[in-house]
Amino acid sequence: MQEHTESHEPVDSVMTYALVFLALIAATVITTAVAFVDLGAFSVVVALAIAICKMLLVVLFFMHVRHSAKLTKLVLLGGVLWFLILMGMTYTDFGSRTWMGVPGR
Amino acid sequence: MITAAVQQRENYLNSSYGLKSWLLTKDHKRIALLYFATITLFFFIGGIFATLIRIELVTPESDLVSAETYNKLFTMHGVIMVFFFLVPSIPATLGNFFLPIMIGARDLAFPKINLLSWYLLIIGGALAFFAMFAGGVDTGWTFYTPYSTSYSNTWVIATALGIFVAGFSSILTGLNFIVTVHRMRAPGMTFFRMPLFVWANYATALIQVLGTPVLAVTLVLVFCERLLHIGIFDPALGGDPVLFQHLFWFYSHPAVYIMVLPGMGVISELVSTFSRKPVYGYGMIAASSLSIAVIGFLVWGHHLFVSTQSVYAGMVFSFLSYFVAIPSAIKVFNWTATLYKGSISFETPMLYAFGFIGLFTIGGLTGLFLASLGLDVHVTDTYFVIAHFHYVMVGGTIMAYMGGLHYWWPKMTGRMYPDGWAKLSAGITFLGFNLTFFPQFILGYLGMPRRYAAYPPEFQVLHVLSSAGASVLAVGYLIPAIYFAWSLKYGPIAGANPWGATGLEWKTSSPPPTHNFDEIPIVTHEAYDYTTVEAEVA
Amino acid sequence: MHSEEQTLALREQFDTAAQQRDASTLGMWIFLITEVMFFGGMFLAYSIYRGKYPDVFAVASSSLNVYIGAANTVVLLCSSFTMVMAVRASQLGKRSGIIFWLILTLILGMTFLGVKAFEWNEKFEMHHVPGMAGFHLDGVGTSQGPASIFFSLYFAMTGLHAMHMVVGVGILTMLIFQAKAGKFSAEYWTPVDISGLYWHFVDIVWIFLFPLLYLIDRHLK
Repeated sequence: MQEHTESHEPVDSVMTYALVFLALIAATVITTAVAFVDLGAFSVVVALAIAICKMLLVVLFFMHVRHSAKLTKLVLLGGVLWFLILMGMTYTDFGSRTWMGVPGR
Repeated sequence: MITAAVQQRENYLNSSYGLKSWLLTKDHKRIALLYFATITLFFFIGGIFATLIRIELVTPESDLVSAETYNKLFTMHGVIMVFFFLVPSIPATLGNFFLPIMIGARDLAFPKINLLSWYLLIIGGALAFFAMFAGGVDTGWTFYTPYSTSYSNTWVIATALGIFVAGFSSILTGLNFIVTVHRMRAPGMTFFRMPLFVWANYATALIQVLGTPVLAVTLVLVFCERLLHIGIFDPALGGDPVLFQHLFWFYSHPAVYIMVLPGMGVISELVSTFSRKPVYGYGMIAASSLSIAVIGFLVWGHHLFVSTQSVYAGMVFSFLSYFVAIPSAIKVFNWTATLYKGSISFETPMLYAFGFIGLFTIGGLTGLFLASLGLDVHVTDTYFVIAHFHYVMVGGTIMAYMGGLHYWWPKMTGRMYPDGWAKLSAGITFLGFNLTFFPQFILGYLGMPRRYAAYPPEFQVLHVLSSAGASVLAVGYLIPAIYFAWSLKYGPIAGANPWGATGLEWKTSSPPPTHNFDEIPIVTHEAYDYTTVEAEVA
Repeated sequence: MHSEEQTLALREQFDTAAQQRDASTLGMWIFLITEVMFFGGMFLAYSIYRGKYPDVFAVASSSLNVYIGAANTVVLLCSSFTMVMAVRASQLGKRSGIIFWLILTLILGMTFLGVKAFEWNEKFEMHHVPGMAGFHLDGVGTSQGPASIFFSLYFAMTGLHAMHMVVGVGILTMLIFQAKAGKFSAEYWTPVDISGLYWHFVDIVWIFLFPLLYLIDRHLK
């Protein structure tokens, strides 16, 4: 049963927040434990994947994005995209520096 | 002709008096004027540095100033002109004043943050001035490491701090504009009925908000490195100076679009009004503003072609740099198409608009030369680059700014500027500009490097032409400073719509009332609908 | 045009309270995007250097106490929970609830900062502070330069994060006083709402900092 504010916006239940909170704690424990396992190059992928899940939980539930206007979601997406542009385009340089096989090029 | 003795109705200028009513104002129009005064001051100070540079360059030897001092001159010229004049210029003055009125709003979404933005520019400027008077900075406005972080003995931190603070001014203005456009439009003012000047400022605001924070964090890393010797950009510790360049140009390339997009917005307004025709291809111009904002973030590596950036990255950035020229070209084509079969009048703002279209085209085309990897190796760090960016920034942005100022002066002040002097200065500016900067393309191509006080004697003739042009250009800017001031007291009183233009700003009085509109308008027609406006209402 | 008198919930530039609320929320979200790009620059520097010196970074990371780091992460997640409970209370107009949950958030936030200060102090004692004389990391041999880059990024990123927490603590304090003064109600709770967004954002930054700084190749130790 969804509560609402005076202006008819949805108010999440305590149970919802508590469950999300427990999920976040569990994810923290998991990521710490997994760090002690040798996954080679996958370690960082797993760590980032867990961090992204935690971020999504906070964003969707604690920051109310699942109830938010489309514009809010667009703004959020824009921010993430721009961060990826910064990382990705810079990486076209640092990632391809060794391709030519010439020292320093 | 109405004399000044006639009682003026209440407007935003006379609704309250006293220093506090200006320094603590929340009115976007008053804040626009505060900005106007501030950036005019910065422009003239930046101009003084330019003057000293051009005087030094009249002779091949470094005889007016030493090389060390010369380094400080071009650094301060760049820092002040880019961060304290061009970046705020059109958005903080004309944008602040007109964006809310053009969409039928009473003010921006966050008026107190708007005032804070101005104070931040003042504080940033004060820090930069402190650095100037304390001895200056000599790193170039680009602050390349490791010179700026480990070797320069000049006031790098103070200057960088000033730029950092001014950056926040820019971010907050951008934030304010975005929220205002999304949430404060009058009933019936859909996105596609907004004037193109609003679209231009909106696209600019997106860049301000997404790019400036990266400059901020980069400057923080520079302070930390200088103060604490932590070595993120220090090759001796395994750091990479090219990382600094990536971080710096991630902002500074989009920054040039922050500087030119609002100017393009002004030109759309001017070309339409003075051809009495709707802008050709409204949708394409709006889309091209957004495209420039987005694609402009994907090309910064073209500033790193001759750093140790990978050639493969260079190819990607080169391709994208050609691509970003397309939306700009679309605008030039559409403005030209707007002129076709238009009822053209050669008022001063239109003269500046013509100047913009021609000079921006030249500047933009020379950008394509620089986007070419092979050609860039030849002309990078030469006067070719300097000529390119002055064509787009001065021949482009400043011409648009002057055009916009003349266009909206009667609305902002209720007074008209003297027509003859205005047209004369537009002509002087155009001539002076070309005489100053065209020789620099040739100089650069012949090999004259930038940031050098001394040069081989065979370059002297071109330098003398350039310096002569600079003195003419200076006159072209000084005359308007004088007659604009003069017009405030003695200029003929202007009516609500002296140009017969469309747009909500021409429906309020000149100057507008504090609350912009007595009643919030309900918009029912498209932008640039000349059937609803009488021509030349005095 | 509505009456000259403006209220907190409806300032004179807006037409309706809903419009003002929407504008404020949008404004805060855009501000948070600027923060994403601000921290983003540092994450970029981190990822470039980790890619360049993976072994040195692994050794340097293992010198951080992972249990304290994890515990501090839990503290911050608890504070996010208490913060969202405070926002919930404000949405329902429950004044004492707002104050209670905000105070808890404040205490948890300050706990986080206290633990951080302890960790930093430990780094000073172990001579892991770049730029200070005597910097030395065991286990990397002559790669002291790259090691100092790790620690530079560690201090810069956690320092910037801590500064944001301090601002957050300041904001919480202000909100507590305002809530006590009865400023918030079921009609007007925007400051609590947008401060919550800010607080959660700072938490998200830490959600990424923790694995990236503390959990590099822990299996090697």
